[in-house]
Amino acid sequence: MKNPLDSLWGTVISGLILTAVLFVIVKNFLGA
Amino acid sequence: MEILFGRWLHIMAGVMWIGILYYFNFVQVAALKAAAEDGTGAGITKHVAPRALLFFRWAALVTWLSGAALLGANFIGAFTLQPGLAGIGIGAWLGTIMLFNVWVLIWPNQQKILGMKPASDEEKAKARRVAFLASRTNTMLSIPMLFFMSYGLTHQHVLAVLG
Repeated sequence: MKNPLDSLWGTVISGLILTAVLFVIVKNFLGA
Repeated sequence: MEILFGRWLHIMAGVMWIGILYYFNFVQVAALKAAAEDGTGAGITKHVAPRALLFFRWAALVTWLSGAALLGANFIGAFTLQPGLAGIGIGAWLGTIMLFNVWVLIWPNQQKILGMKPASDEEKAKARRVAFLASRTNTMLSIPMLFFMSYGLTHQHVLAVLG
């Protein structure tokens, strides 16, 4: 599998997905 | 008043840090690739990259230190993701990982790539890959980092408005 960080779009999309995942964790499990 | 000036400094240094990070990733990587084809890359590696790296790495440190000062008494609570501080805590952790990448992975490897430190061609090739991936990782992490910085600033206000 190609490393998503090798492309700019892959990097930006990975960042957006990570934002969504962390937001769900913060909102639902960390009480903030 | 101290918080206002601390936040101002944090944002200014952060703009410089992340602005230069985005310059590296969105502009310089592609420019060096194109320049390699007509042999004009030396202008960038000799005159632009060292100056950009100078402001980049020190702005990163000032951003982190001013951020830590802003957290103040909440520093431990944020980094241990206590309720009410978890959002800004995530932002602080992402910023800390990014600072580590700048000083431990990007800067020492860029010194080899740009000829500021002696390195064989093989070491330079390895340094180029490590610095590139660390820089791309920071670009990726900057997206949630900026989100959680905004979240830390606004969520109390939003909760108050929404009840």
